[in-house]
Parts: sequence; C-alpha cells; structure tokens
Amino acid sequence: MSAQTLYDKLWNSHVVRQDADGTALIYIDRQLVHEVTSPQAFEGLRLAKRRPWRIASMLAVPDHNVPTINRAAGISDPVSRIQVETLDANCAEFGITEFKMGDIRQGVVHVMGPEQGATLPGMTVVCGDSHTSTHGAFGALAHGIGTSEVEHVMATQCLVAKKSKAMEVRVEGQLGYGVTAKDIALTVIGKMGTAGGTGYAIEFTGSTVRALSMEGRMTLCNMAIEAGARAGMIAADEVTFAYLEGRPFAPQGVMWEQAVSQWRHLHSDEGAVFDASLVLDAAEIHPQVTWGTSPEMVVSIEGCVPNPLDLSGEKREGAERALVYMGLTAGTPITKINIDKVFIGSCTNGRIEDMRAAAMVARGKKVAANVKLALVVPGSGLVKLQAEQEGLDQIFIQAGFEWRDPGCSMCLAMNDDKLAAGERCASTSNRNFEGRQGQGGRTHLVSPEMAAAAAIAGHFVDVSKQ
Amino acid sequence: MEKFSKINGLVAPLDRANVDTDAIIPKQFLKSIKRAGFGPNAFDEWRYLDHGEPGMDNSKREINPDFVLNQSRYQGSQVLLTRENFGCGSSREHAPWALADYGFRVIIAPSFADIFFNNCFKNGLLPIRLDADTVEILFKAEAANAGFKLDIDLEAQTITAPDGTVYSFDVDPFRKHCLLNGLDDIGLTLQHMDEISAFEAKHRAAQPWL
Ligand code: SF4
Repeated sequence: MSAQTLYDKLWNSHVVRQDADGTALIYIDRQLVHEVTSPQAFEGLRLAKRRPWRIASMLAVPDHNVPTINRAAGISDPVSRIQVETLDANCAEFGITEFKMGDIRQGVVHVMGPEQGATLPGMTVVCGDSHTSTHGAFGALAHGIGTSEVEHVMATQCLVAKKSKAMEVRVEGQLGYGVTAKDIALTVIGKMGTAGGTGYAIEFTGSTVRALSMEGRMTLCNMAIEAGARAGMIAADEVTFAYLEGRPFAPQGVMWEQAVSQWRHLHSDEGAVFDASLVLDAAEIHPQVTWGTSPEMVVSIEGCVPNPLDLSGEKREGAERALVYMGLTAGTPITKINIDKVFIGSCTNGRIEDMRAAAMVARGKKVAANVKLALVVPGSGLVKLQAEQEGLDQIFIQAGFEWRDPGCSMCLAMNDDKLAAGERCASTSNRNFEGRQGQGGRTHLVSPEMAAAAAIAGHFVDVSKQ
Repeated sequence: MEKFSKINGLVAPLDRANVDTDAIIPKQFLKSIKRAGFGPNAFDEWRYLDHGEPGMDNSKREINPDFVLNQSRYQGSQVLLTRENFGCGSSREHAPWALADYGFRVIIAPSFADIFFNNCFKNGLLPIRLDADTVEILFKAEAANAGFKLDIDLEAQTITAPDGTVYSFDVDPFRKHCLLNGLDDIGLTLQHMDEISAFEAKHRAAQPWL
C-alpha cells in the first residue's frame, strides 16, 4: 500500500460507505455535548421518536453559560439557565453521562474530554462546537459540527462528510524562551490567513511540535479552525500515551497495552504526500499579539500596529475598519498599547500548564493600577483543583488576579464575564472578532505568559526579554 | 419525519408576496431551545395585537381579527395558498418548523425562496410551485367557496379542485421519494442501518476499548 498521511489513516478506518461523488458516511466514536448546540437536536430525536444510537459514545457538560463566580446562587440569566437545565433534563432522559455544574469534572468541553481520557488516539470525535479540532492533538480526527449534524450523529452514529485535502504544517527547531504553542498557532494563522486552511485537514509535524506537551499540542490544534481548517491533528506518540495512561475513560491493563500498540501506527508514513505544506523555523517565531478583529491580524510583540496603506484591496479596507474598531493608530508599537482587562482561560489556554505559565510570570508581582480586572478561569474543575494544590491560586490572588470557577467565561461572554464597550483586553482565548468578548470590547489574543505579563505591566511586554 | 402521500386539505389564502421568514416566525422566538411548539407563534406579528415574546401564554393574548388565519372558516387549514417569493429573508429553519407545527402540510405559491424551499422538504412540508395564473384562479375559487378544499396527491403529482379540475405540478424525484417515505437526512442514513451496524461490530471488535 502506498504511504498514507495520518488523515488518510483516520479517514479510511472510519468510512462506513462512500458514494461515487465522494460523499461518505463516517463512523463517529465519540460525541461531546454541551448546552448551546444540543437542545434542538434532542428535541428532533423526540419528535421523530428516535433514540441515540450509542449512548456510551456521548459525554455531556455545560460550559458556555455557566457563571464563574457565586455558583451556589445558580444562573441568574433566564435564557442561560434554561439552556443548562435543558441539558440536564435531556441527559437524564436519555441516560447520557453528564458532568453537571457542581461536579468537579465540569469544565470547558474541550478541556474536560481529554482530561477524562474520553478523547483517544484513532478516534473520530465530534461536538457541536468549532473548536472540536482541539482533540486532534491526540492523533484523532475531530470535527466541529452544526446542530442538525449533532442530531444526525446522535441518531445514526455517523456523519455525512466528504474527505478534505491534507496539509502539513511543519515546525522545526527549538522555541525561544517565552515562546509557546499559542505563538506558533498565531504565527501560522498570520502566514496562512483565516481562510488558508479552508478545505484542508491540517497535520502539525516537525521537531518543535513533537517537543510540545499535550497541553501545547491541544492549543495548536484548537486554533486550526481559526486558520480555516475544520480539523487539526498531531501524530500520537509517547507524550500522548503518557498523558492518557490511567485517565478514567482510557483503557486499562491488558487493553491499554493492546491500544498503545495500535496507536503507534497513528502517524503519517514516510513519504506520504500532502496536498499543501507550510514549513516554519521555530527560531523565527516570537511572542504574538493580535492587533485587529480577526486572528490573522497579528504581529510579533516587537512589531507595530500596521499601516493599512501598506496593504491592498480588501485587506486594506479590513485593516482600516479593524483599527477604527480597536481604537488603534497605525505605527504604534505593540508594547505601547495599554490594557483594561485580562482574561486567562478558555479551551485554548485554560489547562494546568497554562495556569502554571501565567503564575510563573505573576509570582510576587502586582497587577497594574490601570488594569480593572484580571481574570483567571481554569478550564475545568480538575484544573482548578490541581492549580490550588500547587498553590497557583494564591500566587494569582496575591498578585491581584481573580480566581474563578471553570467555564467558557469571557471567551465568548455568554455569562456575566464581559468587556464593556471600548475596553481593551489581553486574552488567551481564540477569537478577537468584533463584540466577541462583549459589545464594543477590544480583544488582543496572546499566550498565557504574555497575558500575565501584560496584567502586571498594564500594557503589552515581551516576555521573551524578561 | 411524517410521510406525505395524499391529503384533502382546507385551503387558507395569504394574499401577499414576499412573505419573509421573520414574518413567519419573528426573531425573538429563535432563542428557544425547542424546535416544536412554534406553531402558536407562526405569523406572530400579524396574528396578535400585542408584541409576542417567548414564554407568553398565547391563549391569553389578543387576537388580530383582521388577520386571515384567525377567521373561523380557516381553522384547521392544511394548505397555505400564497404569492411570489414566499419564505425569503433569513435562512432560519424555524420558519418551516413553525408552519408545520401550525398544521400546514402544503404551501402553494408561484415561487419560493431557495433555502426555505429546501428546508420545507426536510420537515415534511410540501412546497408546490404553480404558475401565477393558476394561483390566481385558486385564490378566486377559494374566495367564492367557504370550506374550499384541495385534493393533493404527491404520488400522482396532481392537485384536484372541488369542480374536478386537475392541476399537475413538478417535484424533484429524490425529494418526492423522501417525502413519500418520510425520510429526512437521518432517515436516509438509517436506510444504511445494517451497514452501520456491521461496520460498528467490526470496528469495536478490533478496538474493544471504544
Ligand atoms: S472556551 Fe471559547 S472557544 Fe472554547 S468552547 Fe468555550 S466559547 Fe468556544
């Protein structure tokens, strides 16, 4: 057989049937469920008198709407409350495992799944959420899907899909001090543009990627969607296995050995051909800061806000509009931009390693006087617990950060954590679209280290120089 | 999805062109977590005199007596007769959900907005395009006869008026097959149920930890 890419292997091992035009039924191993995109799917099942095909493949958690403070009082916004209550009721009705708001295992769906070992190498994983690409970090094929597809997968255990093209993003060499997986992701998006990956499944390869922890790999795959790719993935290796071993949903004992021996094949074969490729030198990646309203509007911390006049056509118009929205002037050094708020968390950077990295920077320092709010929101209850056992919460609290309960929080501002109009935020999340963190709010995407450093300085600073 | 073969349905006339999906189901109802139960809010702004919000008890609201669907002769109607470009505007699937939940099975118009037209088939609603002259004839016939019903036969692709006139209509063969057999996208996939089960058995035998 000819050399296959990881994507070929994952795709081929899940095709139930394929039509002449390439439309295939793909078998789904794991469906993650949250409160925002599932209610109509459950309703559809009920209306058609259907049952989920394989309840054991499903795992549910409320995350988008949950408050990060004063949980005992419940959810005050009625729309949010109803969505969460509906998820609880649907899971109870169909017998689906759910980690409810009070459960220590509750968290952002893309943090919770891997943490539980519910995402395993070789799986197909879907969730009604675009950042499902995160799970590709385990050598899995992970897709975000829409609500009607959520219902389709529930009812049939299959997704109707066509195979994408395969792209290799190879990063070689050693990352500099203070440079993280988030900076790789933003650099890639800056180079490719937010549509660069459209129609592709991206595999991240190279020595830099292999040297990343699972947390870093998840950060990278999480942002594949912001490059336009529906899926991002990384070959499974010892780092993957070490992360998964002993997790609640991972196989144990003899079965673990059996699984690992199969998982060792989950990489692109020598000589496998990709439809496109991008090669980066790790030494040339610097800490990144977005300046605009799309993740591709990004520069190095050493750079300046670009001048739209240097761009042409649509890009120029886009940049002009973005600068107005962001309240920025062309030519301003990024390090001269003051911030009002800081958000450390989300499915991009809400894991224990992110908490540690931010705490390292904040240790013994104080949040600057011009920063009104610096939020640290762990990605899950277990991340929170672990961080507290390591004393990270105290480091944050003493530095003047707020230490919150897990959820999506200010990543999309569906709960009370939001920016007011005009407020500027250093955020470790993944989208800087207009209004994403609150109407009129201005988002700059950065790594956890960069966010913490900005909180302390009151403006962006180069952590690689500290 | 409910199968559709034949109905003998009471006709309700909605004599307007360009009825958009926001008129069919206003945006405030999109916050709902449901997709059933939109029927009482179909055409909400035209049907009631007050402003509707989700969660209101619709039976207590003041009805607009001038809106055609509120007239007693149209209660229980299953066929909506209307004008050009029905279902234009936002792509919300809540619009066909609302119409189907209200009780309509067929919509007859000279033309439909594209996405709306497609969404109808996914939800057991049959949209029928007839030329504008025929639609005009039907409007007149309905106005002259209270209790005006049409026989609609999807298999034969015909509409028969009470006076015996037969109108034929076009429908895409695949969509016709799906409607006749009650197959939505899920239903179509479930036609391959045996293949899925066979795949699943093999797949899980090879990876028992799944
Ligand atoms: S943390 Fe943000 S991006 Fe991730 S699932 Fe929640 S809302 Fe979506």
